[in-house]
Amino acid sequence: MTAVTTQNALATYVVRHADDNVVLGQRLAEYISRAPELEEDLAIGNLTLDHIGVADHLFTYAAKIDGCDLSGDDLVMFRSERDYTNLLLVEQRHDGFDDLIARQFLFDAYQLPFWEALSASNDETIAGIAQRAAKEARYHLRHSSMWMVRLGDGTPESHTRIQASIDRLWRFTSEMFETDALDREMVESGLGVDTSTLRETWESSVDAVLEEATLTRPQDSFQTSGGRSGMHTEYLGPMLAEMQWLQRSQPGMSW
Amino acid sequence: MDASTEFENGQAKFDAIIAADEKIEPRDWMPDGYRKTVIRQMAQHAHSEVIGMQPEANWILRAPTLLRKAILIAKVQDEAGHGLYLYSATETLGVSRDELVGLLHEGKQKYSSIFNYPALSWADMGAIGWLVDGAAIVNQIVLQGTSYGPYSRAMVKICKEESFHARQGYSIMMALAEGSDEQKAMCQDALNRWWWPALMMFGPHDSESAHTAESMAWKIKRKTNDELRQMFIDQTVPQAHYLGMTIPDPDLVFDEETGHWTIGEIDWDEFWATIKGDGRLNRERITHKVKAWDEGRWVRDAATAYAAKQKMKPDKSA
Repeated sequence: MTAVTTQNALATYVVRHADDNVVLGQRLAEYISRAPELEEDLAIGNLTLDHIGVADHLFTYAAKIDGCDLSGDDLVMFRSERDYTNLLLVEQRHDGFDDLIARQFLFDAYQLPFWEALSASNDETIAGIAQRAAKEARYHLRHSSMWMVRLGDGTPESHTRIQASIDRLWRFTSEMFETDALDREMVESGLGVDTSTLRETWESSVDAVLEEATLTRPQDSFQTSGGRSGMHTEYLGPMLAEMQWLQRSQPGMSW
Repeated sequence: MDASTEFENGQAKFDAIIAADEKIEPRDWMPDGYRKTVIRQMAQHAHSEVIGMQPEANWILRAPTLLRKAILIAKVQDEAGHGLYLYSATETLGVSRDELVGLLHEGKQKYSSIFNYPALSWADMGAIGWLVDGAAIVNQIVLQGTSYGPYSRAMVKICKEESFHARQGYSIMMALAEGSDEQKAMCQDALNRWWWPALMMFGPHDSESAHTAESMAWKIKRKTNDELRQMFIDQTVPQAHYLGMTIPDPDLVFDEETGHWTIGEIDWDEFWATIKGDGRLNRERITHKVKAWDEGRWVRDAATAYAAKQKMKPDKSA
Protein backbone atom coordinates (compact mmCIF):
# COMPACT_ATOMS: atom_id res chain seq x y z
CA MET A 1 0.00 0.00 0.00
CA THR A 2 1.22 3.51 -0.82
CA ALA A 3 1.52 6.19 1.84
CA VAL A 4 -1.84 6.82 3.46
CA THR A 5 -2.31 10.56 3.23
CA THR A 6 -4.72 12.95 1.61
CA GLN A 7 -3.46 15.33 -1.10
CA ASN A 8 -6.51 17.47 -1.62
CA ALA A 9 -6.68 20.48 0.74
CA LEU A 10 -10.36 20.08 1.55
CA ALA A 11 -9.89 16.38 2.25
CA THR A 12 -7.00 17.16 4.59
CA TYR A 13 -9.17 19.71 6.35
CA VAL A 14 -12.02 17.23 6.75
CA VAL A 15 -9.62 14.61 8.10
CA ARG A 16 -8.49 16.96 10.88
CA HIS A 17 -11.98 17.15 12.23
CA ALA A 18 -12.63 13.47 11.64
CA ASP A 19 -9.48 12.80 13.69
CA ASP A 20 -10.83 14.86 16.61
CA ASN A 21 -13.94 12.71 16.64
CA VAL A 22 -12.44 9.29 16.16
CA VAL A 23 -9.82 9.90 18.86
CA LEU A 24 -12.36 11.25 21.32
CA GLY A 25 -14.76 8.41 20.49
CA GLN A 26 -12.02 5.87 21.12
CA ARG A 27 -11.17 7.49 24.47
CA LEU A 28 -14.82 7.43 25.51
CA ALA A 29 -15.13 3.79 24.45
CA GLU A 30 -12.40 2.90 26.95
CA TYR A 31 -14.84 3.83 29.70
CA ILE A 32 -17.79 1.70 28.58
CA SER A 33 -18.82 -0.74 31.35
CA ARG A 34 -16.91 1.32 33.91
CA ALA A 35 -19.34 4.17 34.62
CA PRO A 36 -20.50 5.13 38.13
CA GLU A 37 -24.12 4.22 37.29
CA LEU A 38 -25.83 2.17 34.59
CA GLU A 39 -27.57 5.33 33.34
CA GLU A 40 -24.17 6.87 32.75
CA ASP A 41 -22.96 3.81 30.85
CA LEU A 42 -25.88 4.44 28.52
CA ALA A 43 -25.08 8.15 28.20
CA ILE A 44 -21.41 7.50 27.49
CA GLY A 45 -22.40 4.90 24.91
CA ASN A 46 -24.45 7.61 23.21
CA LEU A 47 -21.59 10.09 23.20
CA THR A 48 -19.23 7.47 21.81
CA LEU A 49 -21.63 6.51 19.05
CA ASP A 50 -22.10 10.15 18.06
CA HIS A 51 -18.37 10.82 17.78
CA ILE A 52 -17.58 7.57 15.97
CA GLY A 53 -20.55 8.12 13.67
CA VAL A 54 -19.57 11.63 12.63
CA ALA A 55 -15.96 10.51 12.20
CA ASP A 56 -17.12 7.73 9.88
CA HIS A 57 -19.06 10.20 7.73
CA LEU A 58 -16.16 12.65 7.56
CA PHE A 59 -13.52 10.03 6.73
CA THR A 60 -15.70 8.51 4.04
CA TYR A 61 -16.25 11.92 2.51
CA ALA A 62 -12.57 12.85 2.75
CA ALA A 63 -11.60 9.66 0.93
CA LYS A 64 -14.14 10.43 -1.77
CA ILE A 65 -13.09 14.02 -2.45
CA ASP A 66 -9.44 13.14 -2.30
CA GLY A 67 -9.93 10.79 -5.23
CA CYS A 68 -7.33 8.42 -3.79
CA ASP A 69 -7.94 4.69 -3.77
CA LEU A 70 -8.35 4.71 -0.02
CA SER A 71 -11.48 4.07 1.99
CA GLY A 72 -12.49 6.01 5.06
CA ASP A 73 -11.39 3.08 7.19
CA ASP A 74 -7.95 3.08 5.52
CA LEU A 75 -7.52 6.64 6.75
CA VAL A 76 -8.41 5.51 10.26
CA MET A 77 -6.42 2.30 10.37
CA PHE A 78 -3.30 2.91 8.28
CA ARG A 79 -2.17 6.40 9.21
CA SER A 80 0.46 6.67 11.91
CA GLU A 81 0.80 8.95 14.89
CA ARG A 82 2.55 11.74 12.98
CA ASP A 83 -0.18 11.75 10.34
CA TYR A 84 -3.02 12.11 12.82
CA THR A 85 -4.01 15.76 13.14
CA ASN A 86 -6.43 15.79 16.07
CA LEU A 87 -6.31 18.38 18.84
CA LEU A 88 -4.18 17.37 21.80
CA LEU A 89 -7.08 17.78 24.22
CA VAL A 90 -9.05 14.83 22.84
CA GLU A 91 -6.17 12.36 23.06
CA GLN A 92 -5.57 13.04 26.76
CA ARG A 93 -6.12 10.04 28.97
CA HIS A 94 -8.58 9.94 31.84
CA ASP A 95 -7.89 8.30 35.16
CA GLY A 96 -11.52 8.53 36.14
CA PHE A 97 -14.87 10.20 35.64
CA ASP A 98 -13.43 13.59 36.69
CA ASP A 99 -10.91 13.78 33.82
CA LEU A 100 -13.42 12.33 31.41
CA ILE A 101 -16.05 14.95 32.18
CA ALA A 102 -13.56 17.84 32.23
CA ARG A 103 -12.20 16.79 28.84
CA GLN A 104 -15.70 16.44 27.39
CA PHE A 105 -16.82 19.76 28.78
CA LEU A 106 -13.87 21.81 27.51
CA PHE A 107 -14.20 20.20 24.09
CA ASP A 108 -18.04 20.24 23.87
CA ALA A 109 -18.06 23.98 24.57
CA TYR A 110 -15.80 24.38 21.51
CA GLN A 111 -17.36 21.78 19.27
CA LEU A 112 -20.93 23.06 19.47
CA PRO A 113 -20.14 26.53 18.05
CA PHE A 114 -17.71 24.89 15.62
CA TRP A 115 -20.43 22.67 14.12
CA GLU A 116 -22.87 25.55 14.10
CA ALA A 117 -20.42 27.67 12.11
CA LEU A 118 -19.50 24.79 9.80
CA SER A 119 -23.19 24.29 9.04
CA ALA A 120 -22.84 27.33 6.77
CA SER A 121 -20.09 25.72 4.69
CA ASN A 122 -20.31 26.10 0.90
CA ASP A 123 -19.90 22.36 0.64
CA GLU A 124 -23.33 20.78 0.97
CA THR A 125 -22.12 17.46 2.31
CA ILE A 126 -19.97 19.09 4.98
CA ALA A 127 -22.80 21.46 5.91
CA GLY A 128 -25.18 18.51 6.22
CA ILE A 129 -22.82 16.53 8.45
CA ALA A 130 -22.22 19.64 10.58
CA GLN A 131 -25.92 20.36 11.01
CA ARG A 132 -26.59 16.89 12.30
CA ALA A 133 -23.51 16.95 14.50
CA ALA A 134 -24.54 20.32 15.99
CA LYS A 135 -27.77 18.78 17.25
CA GLU A 136 -25.80 16.02 18.94
CA ALA A 137 -23.23 18.47 20.31
CA ARG A 138 -25.99 20.44 22.03
CA TYR A 139 -26.87 17.32 23.99
CA HIS A 140 -23.16 16.61 24.67
CA LEU A 141 -22.62 20.06 26.14
CA ARG A 142 -25.74 19.79 28.25
CA HIS A 143 -24.56 16.43 29.58
CA SER A 144 -21.02 17.53 30.44
CA SER A 145 -22.18 20.88 31.87
CA MET A 146 -24.68 19.10 34.09
CA TRP A 147 -21.92 16.92 35.49
CA MET A 148 -19.51 19.85 35.87
CA VAL A 149 -22.06 21.55 38.12
CA ARG A 150 -22.86 18.41 40.11
CA LEU A 151 -19.22 17.55 40.67
CA GLY A 152 -18.14 21.15 41.32
CA ASP A 153 -20.99 21.88 43.71
CA GLY A 154 -21.33 18.34 45.10
CA THR A 155 -19.03 17.20 47.90
CA PRO A 156 -15.65 18.66 48.94
CA GLU A 157 -13.99 15.62 47.35
CA SER A 158 -15.77 15.98 44.03
CA HIS A 159 -15.07 19.71 44.01
CA THR A 160 -11.34 19.13 44.50
CA ARG A 161 -11.20 16.40 41.91
CA ILE A 162 -13.01 18.21 39.11
CA GLN A 163 -11.06 21.40 39.76
CA ALA A 164 -7.82 19.42 39.46
CA SER A 165 -8.97 17.89 36.18
CA ILE A 166 -9.87 21.28 34.73
CA ASP A 167 -6.50 22.66 35.87
CA ARG A 168 -4.67 19.73 34.27
CA LEU A 169 -6.42 19.99 30.92
CA TRP A 170 -6.51 23.77 30.67
CA ARG A 171 -3.18 23.96 28.83
CA PHE A 172 -4.71 22.18 25.81
CA THR A 173 -7.56 24.64 25.30
CA SER A 174 -5.95 27.48 23.32
CA GLU A 175 -5.04 25.06 20.55
CA MET A 176 -8.72 24.82 19.62
CA PHE A 177 -8.67 28.47 18.52
CA GLU A 178 -5.37 28.49 16.64
CA THR A 179 -5.51 28.70 12.86
CA ASP A 180 -2.93 27.82 10.22
CA ALA A 181 -2.57 28.28 6.46
CA LEU A 182 -4.98 25.45 5.67
CA ASP A 183 -7.65 26.91 7.97
CA ARG A 184 -7.27 30.30 6.29
CA GLU A 185 -7.51 28.75 2.85
CA MET A 186 -10.71 26.96 3.83
CA VAL A 187 -12.17 30.11 5.38
CA GLU A 188 -11.38 32.16 2.27
CA SER A 189 -13.09 29.65 0.01
CA GLY A 190 -16.15 29.57 2.27
CA LEU A 191 -15.67 25.90 3.13
CA GLY A 192 -14.31 26.01 6.66
CA VAL A 193 -14.48 27.86 9.96
CA ASP A 194 -12.18 30.48 11.47
CA THR A 195 -11.96 28.90 14.91
CA SER A 196 -10.33 31.99 16.41
CA THR A 197 -13.77 33.61 16.21
CA LEU A 198 -15.26 30.89 18.41
CA ARG A 199 -13.16 31.75 21.41
CA GLU A 200 -15.52 34.33 22.83
CA THR A 201 -18.49 31.97 22.75
CA TRP A 202 -16.39 29.22 24.31
CA GLU A 203 -15.16 31.48 27.10
CA SER A 204 -18.60 32.70 27.99
CA SER A 205 -20.09 29.21 28.18
CA VAL A 206 -17.10 27.86 30.10
CA ASP A 207 -17.14 30.77 32.53
CA ALA A 208 -20.87 30.45 33.15
CA VAL A 209 -20.65 26.75 33.95
CA LEU A 210 -17.52 27.14 36.10
CA GLU A 211 -19.29 29.81 38.10
CA GLU A 212 -22.40 27.73 38.64
CA ALA A 213 -20.15 24.81 39.56
CA THR A 214 -18.33 27.01 42.14
CA LEU A 215 -15.08 26.28 40.31
CA THR A 216 -12.22 28.63 39.53
CA ARG A 217 -10.97 29.37 36.06
CA PRO A 218 -7.32 28.24 35.93
CA GLN A 219 -4.85 31.09 36.08
CA ASP A 220 -1.91 29.22 34.61
CA SER A 221 -1.18 30.85 31.26
CA PHE A 222 0.99 28.03 29.90
CA GLN A 223 -0.49 26.54 26.72
CA THR A 224 0.68 23.78 24.43
CA SER A 225 -0.30 22.80 20.90
CA GLY A 226 0.89 20.91 17.83
CA GLY A 227 -1.81 18.32 17.19
CA ARG A 228 -2.80 19.80 13.82
CA SER A 229 0.76 19.28 12.56
CA GLY A 230 1.12 15.80 14.07
CA MET A 231 3.13 16.82 17.14
CA HIS A 232 1.27 14.79 19.74
CA THR A 233 1.61 13.95 23.37
CA GLU A 234 2.78 10.41 24.13
CA TYR A 235 -0.75 9.16 24.66
CA LEU A 236 -1.91 8.96 21.06
CA GLY A 237 0.48 6.23 19.90
CA PRO A 238 -0.61 3.49 22.30
CA MET A 239 -4.25 4.28 21.50
CA LEU A 240 -3.63 3.93 17.75
CA ALA A 241 -1.63 0.74 18.30
CA GLU A 242 -4.66 -0.84 19.93
CA MET A 243 -7.23 0.60 17.53
CA GLN A 244 -5.32 -0.32 14.35
CA TRP A 245 -3.86 -3.65 15.41
CA LEU A 246 -6.35 -6.01 13.78
CA GLN A 247 -6.36 -4.29 10.38
CA ARG A 248 -2.58 -3.96 10.35
CA SER A 249 -1.99 -7.56 11.39
CA GLN A 250 -4.06 -8.80 8.43
CA PRO A 251 -4.12 -5.99 5.88
CA GLY A 252 -6.32 -5.99 2.82
CA MET A 253 -8.99 -8.21 4.34
CA SER A 254 -12.72 -7.65 4.49
CA TRP A 255 -14.27 -7.60 7.96
CA MET B 1 -61.44 -10.76 57.05
CA ASP B 2 -58.91 -12.75 59.06
CA ALA B 3 -55.46 -13.57 57.77
CA SER B 4 -56.22 -17.13 56.78
CA THR B 5 -59.28 -16.14 54.75
CA GLU B 6 -57.28 -13.42 53.03
CA PHE B 7 -54.62 -15.99 52.19
CA GLU B 8 -57.18 -18.42 50.81
CA ASN B 9 -58.86 -15.75 48.71
CA GLY B 10 -55.49 -14.55 47.41
CA GLN B 11 -54.36 -18.04 46.60
CA ALA B 12 -57.61 -18.83 44.81
CA LYS B 13 -57.40 -15.67 42.73
CA PHE B 14 -53.74 -16.32 41.95
CA ASP B 15 -54.48 -19.90 40.89
CA ALA B 16 -57.31 -18.69 38.68
CA ILE B 17 -55.09 -16.14 36.93
CA ILE B 18 -52.42 -18.75 36.29
CA ALA B 19 -54.98 -21.29 35.08
CA ALA B 20 -56.50 -18.74 32.70
CA ASP B 21 -53.03 -17.92 31.27
CA GLU B 22 -53.40 -14.32 32.35
CA LYS B 23 -50.73 -12.14 33.94
CA ILE B 24 -49.90 -11.63 37.60
CA GLU B 25 -49.45 -7.90 38.19
CA PRO B 26 -47.37 -6.22 40.93
CA ARG B 27 -50.37 -5.47 43.18
CA ASP B 28 -51.84 -8.95 42.95
CA TRP B 29 -51.43 -11.33 45.85
CA MET B 30 -48.81 -13.97 45.07
CA PRO B 31 -47.23 -16.82 47.03
CA ASP B 32 -43.90 -15.94 48.65
CA GLY B 33 -42.22 -18.69 46.67
CA TYR B 34 -43.50 -17.22 43.41
CA ARG B 35 -42.29 -13.74 44.35
CA LYS B 36 -38.85 -15.08 45.32
CA THR B 37 -38.51 -17.15 42.18
CA VAL B 38 -39.47 -14.28 39.88
CA ILE B 39 -37.12 -11.89 41.70
CA ARG B 40 -34.29 -14.42 41.45
CA GLN B 41 -34.86 -15.04 37.77
CA MET B 42 -35.36 -11.39 36.76
CA ALA B 43 -32.40 -10.20 38.81
CA GLN B 44 -30.22 -12.90 37.29
CA HIS B 45 -31.38 -11.77 33.87
CA ALA B 46 -30.60 -8.11 34.65
CA HIS B 47 -27.17 -9.00 36.06
CA SER B 48 -26.43 -11.07 32.94
CA GLU B 49 -27.13 -8.09 30.69
CA VAL B 50 -24.78 -5.90 32.70
CA ILE B 51 -21.95 -8.43 33.14
CA GLY B 52 -22.39 -9.33 29.47
CA MET B 53 -21.17 -5.86 28.54
CA GLN B 54 -17.62 -6.78 29.57
CA PRO B 55 -16.52 -9.37 26.99
CA GLU B 56 -17.77 -7.14 24.18
CA ALA B 57 -16.45 -3.90 25.63
CA ASN B 58 -13.10 -5.71 25.50
CA TRP B 59 -13.29 -5.63 21.67
CA ILE B 60 -14.82 -2.21 20.99
CA LEU B 61 -11.39 -0.60 21.02
CA ARG B 62 -9.99 -3.13 18.52
CA ALA B 63 -12.95 -3.39 16.14
CA PRO B 64 -11.64 -3.58 12.56
CA THR B 65 -13.80 -0.84 11.01
CA LEU B 66 -15.68 2.19 12.29
CA LEU B 67 -18.98 0.62 11.27
CA ARG B 68 -18.25 -2.60 13.19
CA LYS B 69 -17.13 -0.47 16.12
CA ALA B 70 -20.34 1.56 16.07
CA ILE B 71 -22.52 -1.55 15.87
CA LEU B 72 -20.69 -3.13 18.79
CA ILE B 73 -21.03 0.04 20.88
CA ALA B 74 -24.75 0.13 20.10
CA LYS B 75 -25.08 -3.49 21.16
CA VAL B 76 -23.26 -2.98 24.45
CA GLN B 77 -25.39 0.08 25.04
CA ASP B 78 -28.54 -1.97 24.43
CA GLU B 79 -27.33 -4.38 27.09
CA ALA B 80 -26.99 -1.56 29.61
CA GLY B 81 -30.49 -0.47 28.64
CA HIS B 82 -31.88 -3.98 29.05
CA GLY B 83 -30.21 -4.27 32.43
CA LEU B 84 -31.75 -0.99 33.53
CA TYR B 85 -35.17 -1.98 32.25
CA LEU B 86 -35.06 -5.39 33.93
CA TYR B 87 -33.91 -3.90 37.24
CA SER B 88 -36.86 -1.51 37.10
CA ALA B 89 -39.23 -4.37 36.30
CA THR B 90 -37.81 -6.33 39.25
CA GLU B 91 -38.34 -3.34 41.55
CA THR B 92 -42.09 -3.82 41.05
CA LEU B 93 -41.70 -6.84 43.35
CA GLY B 94 -40.51 -4.72 46.26
CA VAL B 95 -36.71 -4.89 45.99
CA SER B 96 -34.43 -2.01 45.05
CA ARG B 97 -31.82 -2.00 42.32
CA ASP B 98 -29.14 -1.18 44.89
CA GLU B 99 -30.05 -4.27 46.92
CA LEU B 100 -29.88 -6.47 43.83
CA VAL B 101 -26.55 -5.01 42.71
CA GLY B 102 -25.25 -5.57 46.25
CA LEU B 103 -26.27 -9.23 46.09
CA LEU B 104 -24.48 -9.61 42.76
CA HIS B 105 -21.32 -8.02 44.12
CA GLU B 106 -21.39 -10.32 47.16
CA GLY B 107 -21.82 -13.37 44.97
CA LYS B 108 -25.28 -14.08 46.40
CA GLN B 109 -27.04 -13.74 43.07
CA LYS B 110 -25.83 -15.16 39.81
CA TYR B 111 -25.58 -14.06 36.21
CA SER B 112 -25.40 -16.22 33.11
CA SER B 113 -22.26 -18.38 33.27
CA ILE B 114 -21.61 -17.80 29.58
CA PHE B 115 -19.95 -14.50 30.41
CA ASN B 116 -17.28 -16.26 32.41
CA TYR B 117 -15.72 -17.40 29.15
CA PRO B 118 -13.10 -15.08 27.60
CA ALA B 119 -13.54 -13.25 24.29
CA LEU B 120 -10.19 -14.00 22.65
CA SER B 121 -10.52 -12.95 19.03
CA TRP B 122 -12.57 -10.66 16.83
CA ALA B 123 -14.51 -13.75 15.72
CA ASP B 124 -15.76 -14.06 19.29
CA MET B 125 -17.81 -10.91 18.68
CA GLY B 126 -19.47 -12.84 15.90
CA ALA B 127 -19.88 -16.01 17.94
CA ILE B 128 -21.29 -14.17 20.94
CA GLY B 129 -23.88 -12.38 18.85
CA TRP B 130 -24.80 -15.44 16.83
CA LEU B 131 -24.69 -18.15 19.50
CA VAL B 132 -25.02 -16.41 22.86
CA ASP B 133 -27.63 -13.88 21.80
CA GLY B 134 -29.18 -16.55 19.61
CA ALA B 135 -29.61 -18.83 22.63
CA ALA B 136 -30.88 -15.93 24.72
CA ILE B 137 -33.51 -15.15 22.10
CA VAL B 138 -34.84 -18.71 22.06
CA ASN B 139 -35.28 -18.43 25.80
CA GLN B 140 -36.68 -14.92 25.75
CA ILE B 141 -39.22 -15.47 22.98
CA VAL B 142 -40.77 -18.17 25.12
CA LEU B 143 -40.50 -15.94 28.20
CA GLN B 144 -42.77 -13.40 26.53
CA GLY B 145 -45.47 -15.78 27.72
CA THR B 146 -44.24 -15.84 31.33
CA SER B 147 -46.91 -15.31 33.97
CA TYR B 148 -45.45 -12.21 35.66
CA GLY B 149 -46.76 -9.20 33.68
CA PRO B 150 -43.83 -6.77 33.96
CA TYR B 151 -41.35 -9.54 33.08
CA SER B 152 -43.41 -10.62 30.09
CA ARG B 153 -43.63 -7.06 28.77
CA ALA B 154 -39.90 -6.51 29.30
CA MET B 155 -39.24 -9.60 27.18
CA VAL B 156 -41.39 -8.30 24.33
CA LYS B 157 -39.39 -5.09 24.23
CA ILE B 158 -36.01 -6.77 24.64
CA CYS B 159 -36.62 -9.48 22.00
CA LYS B 160 -36.90 -6.83 19.30
CA GLU B 161 -33.39 -5.59 19.99
CA GLU B 162 -31.88 -9.01 20.56
CA SER B 163 -32.70 -10.19 17.06
CA PHE B 164 -30.56 -7.35 15.73
CA HIS B 165 -27.75 -8.55 18.00
CA ALA B 166 -27.88 -12.07 16.66
CA ARG B 167 -27.94 -10.83 13.07
CA GLN B 168 -24.92 -8.59 13.56
CA GLY B 169 -23.07 -11.55 15.09
CA TYR B 170 -23.87 -13.79 12.18
CA SER B 171 -22.81 -11.04 9.77
CA ILE B 172 -19.38 -10.90 11.44
CA MET B 173 -19.07 -14.70 11.10
CA MET B 174 -20.19 -14.52 7.48
CA ALA B 175 -17.50 -11.97 6.59
CA LEU B 176 -14.85 -14.19 8.22
CA ALA B 177 -16.17 -17.38 6.63
CA GLU B 178 -15.86 -15.75 3.21
CA GLY B 179 -12.42 -14.32 3.98
CA SER B 180 -8.81 -15.51 4.09
CA ASP B 181 -7.69 -18.85 5.50
CA GLU B 182 -6.71 -17.08 8.69
CA GLN B 183 -10.12 -15.51 8.99
CA LYS B 184 -11.84 -18.83 8.37
CA ALA B 185 -9.69 -20.44 11.05
CA MET B 186 -10.58 -17.62 13.44
CA CYS B 187 -14.26 -18.23 12.73
CA GLN B 188 -14.00 -21.99 13.32
CA ASP B 189 -11.98 -21.48 16.49
CA ALA B 190 -14.64 -19.18 17.92
CA LEU B 191 -17.38 -21.68 17.09
CA ASN B 192 -15.33 -24.42 18.75
CA ARG B 193 -14.98 -22.43 21.94
CA TRP B 194 -18.53 -21.02 22.18
CA TRP B 195 -20.67 -23.93 20.98
CA TRP B 196 -20.75 -26.00 24.17
CA PRO B 197 -20.98 -23.06 26.57
CA ALA B 198 -23.92 -21.75 24.49
CA LEU B 199 -25.70 -25.09 24.91
CA MET B 200 -25.05 -24.92 28.64
CA MET B 201 -26.88 -21.58 28.79
CA PHE B 202 -30.16 -23.50 28.90
CA GLY B 203 -29.21 -25.03 32.22
CA PRO B 204 -29.01 -28.64 33.43
CA HIS B 205 -31.14 -31.46 32.08
CA ASP B 206 -34.75 -31.25 33.23
CA SER B 207 -34.17 -34.21 35.55
CA GLU B 208 -31.38 -32.26 37.32
CA SER B 209 -33.02 -28.85 37.41
CA ALA B 210 -34.04 -27.77 40.91
CA HIS B 211 -36.54 -25.12 39.87
CA THR B 212 -38.06 -26.43 36.66
CA ALA B 213 -41.15 -28.28 37.97
CA GLU B 214 -42.31 -25.47 40.22
CA SER B 215 -41.53 -22.74 37.66
CA MET B 216 -43.47 -24.64 35.00
CA ALA B 217 -46.47 -25.02 37.33
CA TRP B 218 -46.42 -21.27 38.02
CA LYS B 219 -45.95 -20.62 34.30
CA ILE B 220 -42.86 -18.57 35.00
CA LYS B 221 -41.11 -20.99 32.66
CA ARG B 222 -43.11 -22.10 29.65
CA LYS B 223 -40.73 -24.67 28.21
CA THR B 224 -38.15 -26.86 29.91
CA ASN B 225 -34.39 -26.47 29.63
CA ASP B 226 -34.08 -29.47 27.32
CA GLU B 227 -36.92 -28.32 25.06
CA LEU B 228 -35.37 -24.87 24.68
CA ARG B 229 -31.91 -26.32 24.08
CA GLN B 230 -33.25 -28.54 21.32
CA MET B 231 -34.95 -25.58 19.61
CA PHE B 232 -31.62 -23.75 19.62
CA ILE B 233 -29.66 -26.72 18.29
CA ASP B 234 -32.12 -27.28 15.47
CA GLN B 235 -32.00 -23.69 14.33
CA THR B 236 -28.24 -23.26 14.71
CA VAL B 237 -26.71 -26.38 13.17
CA PRO B 238 -27.88 -25.49 9.62
CA GLN B 239 -26.57 -21.93 10.13
CA ALA B 240 -23.12 -23.30 10.98
CA HIS B 241 -23.22 -25.49 7.89
CA TYR B 242 -24.19 -22.52 5.76
CA LEU B 243 -21.03 -20.78 6.99
CA GLY B 244 -19.04 -23.83 5.95
CA MET B 245 -18.05 -24.45 9.56
CA THR B 246 -18.01 -27.66 11.57
CA ILE B 247 -19.91 -28.07 14.83
CA PRO B 248 -17.33 -29.33 17.36
CA ASP B 249 -19.27 -32.48 18.24
CA PRO B 250 -18.29 -35.80 16.62
CA ASP B 251 -21.55 -37.36 17.88
CA LEU B 252 -23.81 -34.81 16.21
CA VAL B 253 -26.34 -36.58 13.96
CA PHE B 254 -29.63 -35.73 12.36
CA ASP B 255 -32.39 -38.03 13.51
CA GLU B 256 -34.61 -38.61 10.46
CA GLU B 257 -37.42 -40.01 12.58
CA THR B 258 -37.79 -37.11 15.00
CA GLY B 259 -36.55 -34.42 12.64
CA HIS B 260 -34.14 -33.15 15.32
CA TRP B 261 -30.38 -32.93 15.64
CA THR B 262 -28.98 -35.13 18.40
CA ILE B 263 -25.84 -33.99 20.23
CA GLY B 264 -23.14 -35.73 22.23
CA GLU B 265 -22.82 -35.39 25.99
CA ILE B 266 -22.42 -31.93 27.49
CA ASP B 267 -19.50 -31.57 29.92
CA TRP B 268 -21.57 -31.13 33.07
CA ASP B 269 -18.49 -30.97 35.30
CA GLU B 270 -17.46 -27.80 33.50
CA PHE B 271 -21.02 -26.48 33.74
CA TRP B 272 -21.27 -26.97 37.51
CA ALA B 273 -17.73 -25.69 38.16
CA THR B 274 -18.51 -22.47 36.28
CA ILE B 275 -21.83 -22.00 38.10
CA LYS B 276 -20.10 -22.50 41.43
CA GLY B 277 -17.56 -19.78 40.69
CA ASP B 278 -14.66 -21.70 39.21
CA GLY B 279 -15.10 -20.75 35.56
CA ARG B 280 -12.37 -19.05 33.55
CA LEU B 281 -13.29 -15.47 34.43
CA ASN B 282 -15.81 -15.52 37.31
CA ARG B 283 -13.49 -13.61 39.59
CA GLU B 284 -12.40 -11.10 36.95
CA ARG B 285 -15.98 -10.26 35.92
CA ILE B 286 -17.10 -9.46 39.46
CA THR B 287 -13.87 -7.67 40.29
CA HIS B 288 -14.31 -5.43 37.26
CA LYS B 289 -17.90 -4.68 38.25
CA VAL B 290 -17.13 -3.99 41.90
CA LYS B 291 -14.12 -1.83 41.00
CA ALA B 292 -16.22 0.36 38.68
CA TRP B 293 -18.89 0.64 41.37
CA ASP B 294 -16.38 1.57 44.09
CA GLU B 295 -14.55 4.04 41.86
CA GLY B 296 -17.87 5.69 41.03
CA ARG B 297 -18.91 6.19 44.64
CA TRP B 298 -17.59 9.74 44.88
CA VAL B 299 -19.57 10.63 41.74
CA ARG B 300 -22.82 9.20 43.10
CA ASP B 301 -22.16 10.95 46.41
CA ALA B 302 -21.61 14.24 44.59
CA ALA B 303 -24.89 13.88 42.67
CA THR B 304 -26.76 13.14 45.90
CA ALA B 305 -25.14 16.05 47.74
CA TYR B 306 -25.91 18.40 44.86
CA ALA B 307 -29.55 17.31 44.76
CA ALA B 308 -29.85 17.86 48.53
CA LYS B 309 -28.39 21.37 48.22
CA GLN B 310 -30.90 22.23 45.51
CA LYS B 311 -33.75 21.18 47.78
CA MET B 312 -32.45 23.45 50.53
CA LYS B 313 -32.32 26.47 48.25
CA PRO B 314 -35.30 28.82 48.16
CA ASP B 315 -37.60 27.96 45.27
CA LYS B 316 -36.20 29.77 42.23
CA SER B 317 -39.51 29.66 40.40
CA ALA B 318 -41.34 31.47 43.21
